[in-house]
Amino acid sequence: MIGLTHYLVVAAILFALGVLGVVANRKNLIVMLMAIELILLSVNLNLVAFSAYLHDLVGQVFAMFVLTVAAGEAAIGLAILVIYFRGRGTISVDDVNRMKG
Amino acid sequence: MILLIVFLPLLAAVIAGLGNRLLGNTVAKVLTTGALFASCALSWPIFIQYLGGGAQPTIAPVFDWIRSGDLQVAWALRVDALTAVMLVVITSVSALVHLYSWGYMSDDPDQPRFFAYLSLFTFAMLMLVTANNLVQMFFGWEGVGLASYLLIGFWFKKPSANAAAIKAFVVNRVGDLGFMLGIFGTYLVFQTVSIPDILHMAPAMKGSTIGFLGYRFDTMTILCLLLFVGAMGKSAQLGLHTWLPDAMEGPTPVSALIHAATMVTAGVFMVCRLSPMFETSPFALTVVMTIGAATCFFAATVGLVQTDIKRVIAYSTCSQLGYMFFAAGCGAYGAAMFHLFTHAFFKALLFLGAGSVIHAMHHEQDMRYYGGLRKHIPVTFWGMMAGTLAITGVGIPAVFGNTMAFGFAGFHSKDAIIEAAWASGQSGASIVGMIVALLTSFYSWRLMFLTFWGKPRWAQSEHIQHALHDAHGHDDHHDDHAAHAHDDHGHAHAHGDGTGGYHPHESPLTILVPLILLSIGAVFAGFVFHGYFIEPSAGEAYWKGSIAFREHLMHAMHDVPLGVKLSATIAMLVGLWTAWMMYIRSPGFPAALVEQFRVVYNFLLNKWYFDELYDLLFVRPAFAIGRLFWHRGDEKTIDRFGPNGSAWVVALGSRVAGRIQTGYVYTYAFVMLLGLTGVVTWAIYVSAK
Repeated sequence: MIGLTHYLVVAAILFALGVLGVVANRKNLIVMLMAIELILLSVNLNLVAFSAYLHDLVGQVFAMFVLTVAAGEAAIGLAILVIYFRGRGTISVDDVNRMKG
Repeated sequence: MILLIVFLPLLAAVIAGLGNRLLGNTVAKVLTTGALFASCALSWPIFIQYLGGGAQPTIAPVFDWIRSGDLQVAWALRVDALTAVMLVVITSVSALVHLYSWGYMSDDPDQPRFFAYLSLFTFAMLMLVTANNLVQMFFGWEGVGLASYLLIGFWFKKPSANAAAIKAFVVNRVGDLGFMLGIFGTYLVFQTVSIPDILHMAPAMKGSTIGFLGYRFDTMTILCLLLFVGAMGKSAQLGLHTWLPDAMEGPTPVSALIHAATMVTAGVFMVCRLSPMFETSPFALTVVMTIGAATCFFAATVGLVQTDIKRVIAYSTCSQLGYMFFAAGCGAYGAAMFHLFTHAFFKALLFLGAGSVIHAMHHEQDMRYYGGLRKHIPVTFWGMMAGTLAITGVGIPAVFGNTMAFGFAGFHSKDAIIEAAWASGQSGASIVGMIVALLTSFYSWRLMFLTFWGKPRWAQSEHIQHALHDAHGHDDHHDDHAAHAHDDHGHAHAHGDGTGGYHPHESPLTILVPLILLSIGAVFAGFVFHGYFIEPSAGEAYWKGSIAFREHLMHAMHDVPLGVKLSATIAMLVGLWTAWMMYIRSPGFPAALVEQFRVVYNFLLNKWYFDELYDLLFVRPAFAIGRLFWHRGDEKTIDRFGPNGSAWVVALGSRVAGRIQTGYVYTYAFVMLLGLTGVVTWAIYVSAK
């Protein structure tokens, strides 16, 4: 029987992968965006799992909102990426180091 | 009226000083000079009233200054016979020096400042002599010190002037410490700083003792000696005299006013003002007399060999101040004040005359480059002549049945000092006085002969050569000479007559008028006033207790041996004859004498090596201590661990913090994550409790 715990474990693994993707990724900004998506999806998985477990639809509604925000975020992120590429001719993470104070 | 006398110069100084370039030269000059002449015009009637014997001492309160428990200090202007003398001396000389400066400083770019300083000095000096308490006297004392510093360093672009100004200030601080300790001690003993009260109580304190530096001393002796240290500093007495010759770096009118006629006599004034106090301590009087006689002799010997005209007169001033102190030390305060009074006239005259010579010689001050100036600048010559006759004491003594002594100013006052010293039983000091009279006569005539007689020697002078090359067409009727000198640079001596083609011309009227007026003072001041200052009954009636007037001593003065009475005149004649022999008759003789006594000559030329000694004893150690504190204390301790240390820590911290700021998104994300983890952990930990 697949219980709540399994969902939570999968979600936690996904979250950890997503975080690692953000922090440890040195290559590509698109990969970083994908990792963020992964984090959001793992959270969504948690929300849906708890929603089913507690028989409360609010969790699933909230998951829909998160998906919407994620879609928007992906759109804006990719747009920034395109602009950035036009400007500097690269989207390699190691070259994006202009955020020094 | 006394308020006007004292505060007019201050008002003029403030307006001229603050207005400065806004007012312009002429307004500042008219204002300050006008104020001084007004002060002078108001002072003479006061003096004449006292001479008439009708005036009583008055005190004009101004306002309260300090009220703290027992310590009551008020600004008040005291006028008595002693102050009246000082008032006329200060305001007259100051007014004439102001006028003189119109001519002497006419090329200076900073005239309003100069006149403001002069007036400020006059105000401070007037405050000093009108002081009714010791604290106010100290205010004036420091005020004149400040003005003296400002005026010595008036040409602040000259490093030597700045050094001289600092030296004057620092040496005076030594004396001032003594004066301050004296004031503190006086307050400790008498519980008041009011001069009349102190003088009233002083005789009662005779014989009591006081602890000082861990020993018991006679109270009055220690107080008088401390106060006298202050007087020594201000009046350039032996030991603290080194600043006075250097002070000649200032403009010559300043030397005349401050470093000859007025400020340097403040010490003599102070001793006379506090004379009832000094009377209670015979030991202190002996010290005053000894220091005075020593200074008198020392300065006269140094004056013999100096070649700078102003320095000769400076050492002469120092020597004459010594005379005043040793008169005071003998108890002849009237004679001390009398010499102060006459000296102010003839010494101001000599300085202003020297200034006129320097003016004519384009700032050449070395007498070796003068000579034969008698015909070129006759008015200056006759002025200097009057001054020299006065300082050397030319006159007919009252001996061989002649009842009426008559002579130039210095004759009366110097004779009085020598006779008073003899009469008071100090024959040793009296003999020193006679020897110094000889030396005085010699160096004064030497100055006159070198400057005004002989052949012109100024062709070699750098100043004159400068003047010849710069002042092309400066003086119309000398154009041909100037042009000639201009054509063959460096061949000026080709003229053969020692003039190098330069012909000095007489100073303008603003310089000559003060000379003439002071000449009148130098000629008549002694004869007219000697009765009031030193005659037994007239003196008593004049001073009215403002100084400790020893009537019996003044009587005894008339009964000294014939030799003593004649001594000053004989000394004067011997000095004159020697100077004439050495500088007119056989001009080669001084050089031969120098060869013979090279060691003595160098000893005198280097002013008894006082400056070198002080340099070794005080200046170098002070610099060494200063460097120690600067390098070791300040740089290596305070700076290192203080400001520089904390700056270093901040720089290091920011370098470490800056390393976190990589600019990479993932670093920031990682830090955010760490933070988040931390916050969550904390939240769980807190909620679990």
